[in-house]
Amino acid sequence: MASIRLENVSKYVCKKVNLEVRDRELIVLLGPNGAGKTTLLNIIAGLVDYEGSVFFDQKRIDQFSPQQRRVGYLFQEINLFPHLKVVDNIIYSLRAQHRPVNEIKKRMDELISMMKLENLLYHYPKELSGGEKQRVALARALANHPQILLLDEPMNNLDYQTSKHLRIEFKMMQKKLGITTIYVTHNFYEAQEMADRMVIINQGKIEQIGSYEEIFFHPQGAVNKFIGSPNVLECNEYRDLGLGVGEVKCGDISLLVFGEGKRISKILILPEDIYLTNFQPPGPDINRIKGRLKKIEELSSSMICCTVTTRELSLKARLSREVFNSMRLKLDDEVWLILAPRKLKFY
Amino acid sequence: MKKNKNFYLLWEVVPLLIFFGLWEVTSRINLFPEKIFFPPFSQVVREFWYLSISGVLGPNLLSSLIRVLIGFFLGSFSGLLIGIIMGWNEKIDKALSPVISLLYPIPALGWLPLLMLWFGIGEILPILIIFICSFFPILYNTLTGIKNVNKNYIYAAKILGSSDIRIIYTIVLPLALPYIFTGLKLEAGMAWRVILAAEMVAIPTGIGALMMKAESLLRIDIIIVCLIILGVVCLSFEKIFILLENKFTAKWR
Repeated sequence: MASIRLENVSKYVCKKVNLEVRDRELIVLLGPNGAGKTTLLNIIAGLVDYEGSVFFDQKRIDQFSPQQRRVGYLFQEINLFPHLKVVDNIIYSLRAQHRPVNEIKKRMDELISMMKLENLLYHYPKELSGGEKQRVALARALANHPQILLLDEPMNNLDYQTSKHLRIEFKMMQKKLGITTIYVTHNFYEAQEMADRMVIINQGKIEQIGSYEEIFFHPQGAVNKFIGSPNVLECNEYRDLGLGVGEVKCGDISLLVFGEGKRISKILILPEDIYLTNFQPPGPDINRIKGRLKKIEELSSSMICCTVTTRELSLKARLSREVFNSMRLKLDDEVWLILAPRKLKFY
Repeated sequence: MKKNKNFYLLWEVVPLLIFFGLWEVTSRINLFPEKIFFPPFSQVVREFWYLSISGVLGPNLLSSLIRVLIGFFLGSFSGLLIGIIMGWNEKIDKALSPVISLLYPIPALGWLPLLMLWFGIGEILPILIIFICSFFPILYNTLTGIKNVNKNYIYAAKILGSSDIRIIYTIVLPLALPYIFTGLKLEAGMAWRVILAAEMVAIPTGIGALMMKAESLLRIDIIIVCLIILGVVCLSFEKIFILLENKFTAKWR
């Protein structure tokens, strides 16, 4: 496989980007639309002219055509060849390289069983579901043993269940094959689930590189806003309750977390993951916090951000204008917040 | 299912029968004063039979058919080839576009006087006319088809290690086929319309020439036989391309 290094690479919105991806690493490029994520992938694949240099395994490859770079690329629009059956799509690269028939057959069998495509071989792409198309496209990208894999928002058009399932399968496969991978997304949960390291990119500039803990708990510059300005709570006390459950005290509140006995010093939750109500919620009193509504901000025509304070803490919750209006809330009203244990990230 | 098929067949055949019947009756009851100008359908059929067995129709139809096939094949093939080259190479496209834009709007028959003087009256003349008539539209349709192929498919093929030539014949041409077939279908009928006109004006053999001879002899029945044959031939040519188009593109479109 190979490591990737970008040196002062510029094209369109991307200005003098430097990036290093280690051998066998799965790096997630996370950023809003128009940040230059796809442009970076196209540069690495050699599909566009660019300034600066790209190295694979310390070897400069700027003069290499896309055909010579041996990159697997999964496009955002998938781009299966519509006039070719699944099987012909998969072995397209092997035929293009004039590989011997028995080698093509062997590789095809491997890919079919790896991607579970046994029943789809003689279908045309238009007859496949979104998830199936994605699997075929991945098989096609892997057929020629690429040294690097580029994935451009591969889960974009899939429903939640399918994409979740595919992500798990894909991560396992990436680790097994040990193929250096750049995975582009604008979804945090996807990024967190997949990444060895995350790269936050905005307006063609790399804002921060690090593990998801580093990014979420120590966001630099514009990253905090981009990742949704999460609430960060300092934990003073941690008590392991066994069975993977722990209790943390943050200021005057205590929270249950699924911590698996880890020492926890910070808790983080996104404003959209906090539920706000104007009455005491029924059920067991776990991770529910009583406070007063201290600030109401309009984020957009449909979203409202409420700041709620307890004696020692202040938390932001985001909710839709419709829900907010239905509760008829005013400043200084008493409200309850619900923090779902599974949505809490900790460090 | 079978009932359905018969039902549609009925709907296609019955109107034709009514049409021929009305034709026969209006002619027989002398609705028009001069019967010679409007022969009944049965007489047209009889004349068709007579022309067929007397060896008048066959050779004339064959010489038109050969002209159309050769001209159409050469014109389409050259149009396809140059369309591919222009579609793939932007510089050649830019260089040739002005000349082609200038020549394309000229009706094929407009070339007739010039070609008569250059090549004289002979077999090469109708073939050249058909060539011109087929060449430009197929070229344009191929060019449009190739330019409309989603660039991402070409990128995908490049990344998969395919050479440019291979990309053209495995990706670009198959995806441009719907456009190319639109051109072929149109031109298959158009070639017959043009050959007819050319033969009427300038060439002494072929179905058009036969019609002109019939006109000078006031043989309306022969003219009608020729018209019906032309209708059937044009339709068959277009149908052949519709069948081919379905065979090559219906499964994946």
